[in-house]
Amino acid sequence: MALNAEQEVVRGRSSAGAPPQTSYTRKKRFNSKTALTMLAFMAPAAIFVGIFTYYPMISGSQMAFRNWNLNDLSDTSWVGWGNFRTLFENPEFGTIVRNTIVWVVGSLVPQVVIGFALALFLKRKFKFRGAYQAFIFFPWAVSGFLIGMLFRWMFNAEFGVVNDLLMKVGIIHSPVPWLAEPGFAMTAIIIANIWYGVTFFAIMILAALQSVSDEMYEAAAIDGAGKIRTFFSITLPAISVTLGLTILLRIIWIFNFPDIIWAMTGGGPADQTHIITTYMIKITQKGDYGQASALGLIVVFTLMLFAAFYLMAVRPRKENR
Amino acid sequence: MINKESVLSRTSKIIFLSICLIVTVFPLYWIVITSLKAPGTIYSLPLDYWPKEISFENYIGLFTKSDFGQYMINSLLVATVAATVATLISLLSAYVLARFQFSGRGAVLGAFLLTQMIPGFIALGPLYMMMTNFDLVDSKTGLILIYIAVCIPFCTIMLRGFFENVPDALEEAAMIDGCSRLSALFRVLVPVMMPGIAASFIFNFVNCWNELFLSVTLMNSDENKTIPTALAGFISSFNIDWGSMSAAAVLTVVPTLVIFAFASKFIVQGLTAGAVKG
Repeated sequence: MALNAEQEVVRGRSSAGAPPQTSYTRKKRFNSKTALTMLAFMAPAAIFVGIFTYYPMISGSQMAFRNWNLNDLSDTSWVGWGNFRTLFENPEFGTIVRNTIVWVVGSLVPQVVIGFALALFLKRKFKFRGAYQAFIFFPWAVSGFLIGMLFRWMFNAEFGVVNDLLMKVGIIHSPVPWLAEPGFAMTAIIIANIWYGVTFFAIMILAALQSVSDEMYEAAAIDGAGKIRTFFSITLPAISVTLGLTILLRIIWIFNFPDIIWAMTGGGPADQTHIITTYMIKITQKGDYGQASALGLIVVFTLMLFAAFYLMAVRPRKENR
Repeated sequence: MINKESVLSRTSKIIFLSICLIVTVFPLYWIVITSLKAPGTIYSLPLDYWPKEISFENYIGLFTKSDFGQYMINSLLVATVAATVATLISLLSAYVLARFQFSGRGAVLGAFLLTQMIPGFIALGPLYMMMTNFDLVDSKTGLILIYIAVCIPFCTIMLRGFFENVPDALEEAAMIDGCSRLSALFRVLVPVMMPGIAASFIFNFVNCWNELFLSVTLMNSDENKTIPTALAGFISSFNIDWGSMSAAAVLTVVPTLVIFAFASKFIVQGLTAGAVKG
């Protein structure tokens, strides 16, 4: 779902500074007849998104300040910050926040590192590169929920293939109860998420790498720069903006991605692997839409704040003029 | 000049790429193998990495003991209709956003992007109540309508990128020849953009085919359930029948895998357009 946003960033970068010389389109002036056509063309999209996305979203946001339980709709009065207070006073809230951070950081860092390495290796053409990319693409065709199920089966304590392989190699000597113990369960769900996300980074970084001109590498080679020096002085700076923004949107996306956890552990054992969004599902299923919406708003504001700080921190520094 | 790869770097490259490939493909391999084992042998040690005898019992059971065939038909219907309509609608909105400069353009794009950042669960409650009022709970029509709305923002942004790669002289020539804008769009632009449109359609289709939470919330009769809802039903019971589960998983993944493999080039193009051109 967040893919589009990422794409937008990549494109935004290319068109922001310079005039869009790569685009064939001249944005044109138009008369009233054209304006009417435009309106007619936009209308279906606007109506659908308005009715089925924006209306429920806005309507859901105000529920955060009401007592709104599906099981008892006799009293849906305004409760101010009541739902937020209930959340903050919940002893589990700390665990959930901590898990969310572990989930995001633990998934993101390996995704970036492995994805980056993969992209560097794929940059140069080789035989079967196309076929290789198509195979590597495979996780994308699978839903998050199914990925969760695949890994739940592989991490099965008794008949799971992960334990079997680890024991064959001799890393462990007795089966690990992967999904029954909080620490192991957290590791397992993060491994599943890394597996899912590496391809995406590889593809985005590869695209960015291919946009760096060969002349820059040639110039560096002439200046006698080694591989490592070239990487840090040419490659990294050239793709840093794309990389930074891709990472930001990916963070937002992972934050909002409960599917794998929901399928693998359902937040268990004993609610120890809940992140904010899986907890939100749990509350929703209990019918407490007020509290769920409050949690949703917390997510939105946290992410907005984070995005603002992040963008300030990674914004390319202005060169001295 | 970039010199020839050394033996060392070549070897490390091959090793790294091989490991990545094996790790990526292994879960699929494993679920296929599990699905082909006879139900009893799934839970026996030591594990077989290749079934002693290939059995289709899990698949047969899926269709005889559950309504999996019906779920597949439902998913196919819902995903096809929703993806088609969403692609058509997005084609129009993407065209406007790609071709014209108007004051609300940034706002419309921003509004589309925003839908991707907000956790969908905020909307779930009101959506459910709205669908109750429309009498569209547990109805394929209702699910299709929502899926269309879910697909439109992404599809519009993706298609807009493809439009910008097509010169606008094309449809202008057609309009001078007397075509209306709409027929110019469909007769002249659509054929040229077919790969991009196909990729967008496939992306929509796969998203709808895979969608879980909306479907779980809204659909509850066997007659209307989609595949993900049925799969989710497998885990709500305490014991998971991994044989049926893996057979169902294979049947769910393989179709999307096949169409993704064909379209992956165009999907990547759609996602990374701009970055490649710099």
